[in-house]
Amino acid sequence: MESFFSRYKNALVLLLVLVLQLLALAVQAKRPATDAADPRAVSALRYAVVTVITPPEKLLHNTGLWFRDVWWGYLDLVHVRRDNNALKNELERLRLEQASVVEDARQGQRLQHLLGFKEHYIYQTVPAQVVGTSGTDQSQVVYLDKGSDDGLKPDMPVMTADGIVGRLKDVFPSTSQLLLISDAASGVGVMLETTRTRGILKGSSYGQMQVINVSPDERIKPGDKIITSGGDQIFPRGMPVGTVDHVVPDPERDPLVDVIVRPAANLARLEEVLVISGMGGVASSQEAKDLAESEAEGEAAQKRASDILSERLPNRIDPNAPLDTNPDQNVDSTGNVVRPLAPPKPLHTDGFSPGSTPPASELTPGARSVPVKNGTEELPSKPQPAKSAALSTGSASTSGTSAAVAGTTVPRKTVTVDANGVARPTTSPRTVPGTTGTGLGTTSGTVTRVPRPALPGTATGSSAGSATGSVPGSVLRPVPRPALAGSAAVPGSAPRPASGTATTVRPSTPSTSSSSAAEGLPKTRVIDDGPVSRPQRPASTTASTPRPDAAAPKPATTTAKPGSATTKPSAANPATQKPATPVRRSPVLVPDDGSRPPSTVKPKTSATPAPQPASPPQGRGV
Amino acid sequence: MALMASTRREADERSYPLLLYILVPLLALGLQSLVTLHFPRFGLVDLPLMVVIYFAMERQRPVAATLGGALMGIVQDGLTHQPIGVFGIAKASVGYLAASLGVRIDTDAHGTRLVLTFVFVLLHNGIDWVLMRHLLAQPMVWDWLHELLRAAINALIAVVLFALLDLARSRE
Repeated sequence: MESFFSRYKNALVLLLVLVLQLLALAVQAKRPATDAADPRAVSALRYAVVTVITPPEKLLHNTGLWFRDVWWGYLDLVHVRRDNNALKNELERLRLEQASVVEDARQGQRLQHLLGFKEHYIYQTVPAQVVGTSGTDQSQVVYLDKGSDDGLKPDMPVMTADGIVGRLKDVFPSTSQLLLISDAASGVGVMLETTRTRGILKGSSYGQMQVINVSPDERIKPGDKIITSGGDQIFPRGMPVGTVDHVVPDPERDPLVDVIVRPAANLARLEEVLVISGMGGVASSQEAKDLAESEAEGEAAQKRASDILSERLPNRIDPNAPLDTNPDQNVDSTGNVVRPLAPPKPLHTDGFSPGSTPPASELTPGARSVPVKNGTEELPSKPQPAKSAALSTGSASTSGTSAAVAGTTVPRKTVTVDANGVARPTTSPRTVPGTTGTGLGTTSGTVTRVPRPALPGTATGSSAGSATGSVPGSVLRPVPRPALAGSAAVPGSAPRPASGTATTVRPSTPSTSSSSAAEGLPKTRVIDDGPVSRPQRPASTTASTPRPDAAAPKPATTTAKPGSATTKPSAANPATQKPATPVRRSPVLVPDDGSRPPSTVKPKTSATPAPQPASPPQGRGV
Repeated sequence: MALMASTRREADERSYPLLLYILVPLLALGLQSLVTLHFPRFGLVDLPLMVVIYFAMERQRPVAATLGGALMGIVQDGLTHQPIGVFGIAKASVGYLAASLGVRIDTDAHGTRLVLTFVFVLLHNGIDWVLMRHLLAQPMVWDWLHELLRAAINALIAVVLFALLDLARSRE
């Protein structure tokens, strides 16, 4: 017996050592879960090993850090100033970016509060240095220089500025073991940011990470971000994990796929990490302070933005702005509006003017809300459409904005009808109470726009301060039509097709320049059954596009003497024989911000025969 | 390559200072942990295994090599998160075999050291994989190319390391 032990001593020792260790493995493998805490003996053994190994590692690591700090902090200072400026710019940009998203964050928090979600704030972190590793690639574990003495506990999440890196596994008094997310024993609840697909992130023996058991989804593309889902009760929700590298089929589960993940943090070169030692429903004081600063900066940024917008948009108009005859004076050399424009005022009261409609409390149910307009009107006896048509086309140019400038004295063109019944354009200075205007818009005086193909022998023109929209050249065709004499002008009302008014020669409300031309003309009683005023359609649709029924006789809501104010087509009238050709205008360049175009883009001046003042921009001629 | 058996006297002459038996394993463990922190690829190298193989072949005492290998493996297990004993079993087995072969063959030749280290590293990783995969049911993958490359790298480094350790050998 003695010889047996002495003969096989070596083999017996080996067998004994192997059996003991196998028993130790069996004890450790008996644990219900892999992540459960180690037995006390095993922990003691690990603690002994770490106590022996990590102090020299700390010493070497700190020595290396000292040399590195001396080098980087005192010797290698090249480009420090440039880097500092770049970092300041980056900080400013990030502050603005933070200010822009803080309101969204607030809203999200309110919604989460309404839905009963419990938000977990990170209010306490402990920075730590990585001082060592396990030494083998089969175990993705690193060691930190902070332990339970610094408030660390097992299962605390660890992150860097780029994303999560792992969680604490074993914590010793001055050292702690960090299990990286790339380890095979690690598991993190993650979620794809775009598809919101949830899964479990697992590592592998070679450090490759993958989200396992994912349903096939064509929307999963390389580069998609992966964030924590918070389902593991360890990592806070929404922290970056990595990006999708590629998708491979799961060899063990056929329809499912595995998403190979590229980690956001560089797990191979960890130096400094943050251990999240406190999470809760209340934000930390520093976080609250940062949030308040962000809100203040956000409000300041919004205020600045609103000021800029208010200068560019016409919604903030000074009603007491001085009279300005030249809209270009509001524009600087770069085309930006430097002074607010005066508010537009309608030339005549219409149904859409503020204050023109009685309040609802004063209305009677069933009563007629639209007044019936009765009155007399002075009508020219023999308006000549020929030249007025030319005038209309010549003065019908607008550029998408109304013509006149509020409170400005503009030369206005009026159509006066002489004794021979020939309409003549005249120009006279006139003060417009208040209309908006742009540089391309032109003041057209009192020649009103014709909402439909002009009747022969009627005066046509463009409406001054009409609704926005370009007015291409009016197409005036001699359309045979029953004479609607006497219905030529409806003061203060826009032409209305249903009313049967063929042409409205609107006298200027405050001005009397055109009324003088109509003196002595027969007065016609006008009954306009309809609203006081309708918004005028864009001239491009009303003036240039005749409706098929334009020649049909309209229901005569206007009582007038036939032939009194209508000029029949005749050979003597060249305008009626030669219809005006449509004028095609080049598109007008208008900046996107609604401001006026640069002053370099000047409209062509009108080619009307009447003398044009040089100062205000006039409508482009035919 | 000399495969002649060394005499017992020659083996006894290969003795080392006692402090070296303590410092070299600790230094191997520390360097393995520290260098891997800055050079992740250094994880392919297994310095503690090389130290076990060297002392086992040079001392030619299977019992001491088994115990030494087991102790070194357990310490290495302590640095990882895996169960204690995996590296201990593997290194104890390798130490026993290295010491047994060291009695029979001349291990001073570099070629012999290269081949033996290559084989022992493969054996060590094989035992580790069997234990982890089939005993502990851990998701370990065996990649032949990776393992052969690792064994070759370790063998090459071992030849250099063994030569350095030979300088510390004290001859009576």
